[in-house]
Amino acid sequence: MNASLASKYSGASSGAPVYELTNVAKTYARNAVVALENVNLTLRHGSFTSVIGSSGCGKSTLLKIMAGLIPPTKGRVILQNNPVTGPRRDIGMMFQQATLFPWKTAVENIVLPIEIRDGKAAAKQAIEKAHDLLDIVGLKGFENVYPNELSGGMAQRASICRMLITEPAVLLLDEPFSALDELSRDMMNMELQRICREQDATAFLVTHSIQEAVILSDEIVVMKPRPGRIAEVVHVDLPRPRTLDMMTTPRFGEIVDHIRSMLDKGEDM
Amino acid sequence: MTDAHLNQGPETEAVDDTVWVQEVAFIDSVPRWIAMTLVFVVFIGTWDVVTRLGLVSPIILPTPWETFDDMIFVGVNLLSGDYMLPALWITIKEVIYGFALAIAIGFSLGVLVGETAFGEKAVMPYLVAIDTMPKVAFAPLFVAWLGFGIESKVALAAFIATFPIVVGTAAGLHSADENARMLFKTMGASRMQTLIKMKLPTGLPQIFTGLKIGAVGVMAGAITGEFLGGGKGFGELIRVAASQLNTPRVFSLILYLSLVGLALYLIVQWTQRRVVFWQKESVGEYDH
Repeated sequence: MNASLASKYSGASSGAPVYELTNVAKTYARNAVVALENVNLTLRHGSFTSVIGSSGCGKSTLLKIMAGLIPPTKGRVILQNNPVTGPRRDIGMMFQQATLFPWKTAVENIVLPIEIRDGKAAAKQAIEKAHDLLDIVGLKGFENVYPNELSGGMAQRASICRMLITEPAVLLLDEPFSALDELSRDMMNMELQRICREQDATAFLVTHSIQEAVILSDEIVVMKPRPGRIAEVVHVDLPRPRTLDMMTTPRFGEIVDHIRSMLDKGEDM
Repeated sequence: MTDAHLNQGPETEAVDDTVWVQEVAFIDSVPRWIAMTLVFVVFIGTWDVVTRLGLVSPIILPTPWETFDDMIFVGVNLLSGDYMLPALWITIKEVIYGFALAIAIGFSLGVLVGETAFGEKAVMPYLVAIDTMPKVAFAPLFVAWLGFGIESKVALAAFIATFPIVVGTAAGLHSADENARMLFKTMGASRMQTLIKMKLPTGLPQIFTGLKIGAVGVMAGAITGEFLGGGKGFGELIRVAASQLNTPRVFSLILYLSLVGLALYLIVQWTQRRVVFWQKESVGEYDH
């Protein structure tokens, strides 16, 4: 079974490479902790990749390096043929918390990345686009509502719009729906899949949920701690588009079991 | 569904509603205005009894009615624009100038301390050191430097009110959470943009808390300045009345002065509600 599931880098989506990580390592010099060791990873255009692993496996560090928030100690990170040396416009990011600012309306929050990069005038011009995005995520009519009046799920929808407003080439998602209840999370995951397809986006998701990773991803990067490293890249061959019903299929169960056994093995180390 | 069947069925029985016995203690259920009136009456009553029985010398504590009469006298004096009005105006000016100065200095220092590592490392320790000093003791120095006019009082008022504003501003700038900082970094925001568009608005509640504490301090500073540095303000009227053992006058002047302090506080609070419109008043539903 392992052989059929564990396919390193083969059978990935056919798109051109968007993100290329080569020999990436991160060592925190102060306490000589190796957070990340020898990570090689390629994200192809239009693919959905998840990274999963127990806490301390370096997945957050990996995401921050990819986002240009912190530099790697060693190795190379290339996004769309340019090395990542800081935060970039073609990267969209989303966190566990929606982090909408309470003094701005939904629409003003969404055009904030434009306001920061291009100024108030450009932000004003982007408002129409923000309205379209709110429509896409099902928040039509909430344009001028303040975040205090939005539910957790609605706030995360708005933060999806904020991520998409700059039309990023890759979406980096740091456990975006883990603060939501399970029903909302399933719904948001299906929504995320639809948005990624519509926008033709390349997505990279950090998650704690094996089910979530399997239902969304083309490839799942399983990581192990101490030192943080990639243990295996699991290819998910469930057909697209995915539906929540697929979570009851034997194939889904097989993949989940395989990943779980991988992670359990990691615990012993 | 079984529930639906039960509800619609003809054999539905009349069921007694579950009745909650709300055990709200009597003292918590009294309406605010009654409670406030009660405390006021008890206070005045005790005061009246104590003076009526001659437990305290009338020079030390006048009766509430003497004080009330004097309040009317002072009120008429103020309204008719007699000699007390210019004195009150001087004190109000000291308070306003002092507060404005404290806001300007306190906010600037707060940003320096809260935003820069230099400020936190090199300026904050000195601010803490000065803050622990009894600031009133600086009054004679301010008089020596700035004279007996309102400048020395403004300086002392501002001196006292500055520190809470520094602390409130610095704490406010630190209150932005990790996610918000990361988000601004991913958006490629400059330091100035992060400060103005995220850290300052996030910190407004703390900044206003500092302003409220400062507003109380500025009043104390102005009056202390007048006590110790003379002049023609309201504090001087109090000092003169006290030296003449005119205690009812002292009491009524203090009450009028407290109205000024209250007004300043309410102005700050009103501004806070307008500016920090998203801040919810914390109402404890489960607190009695």
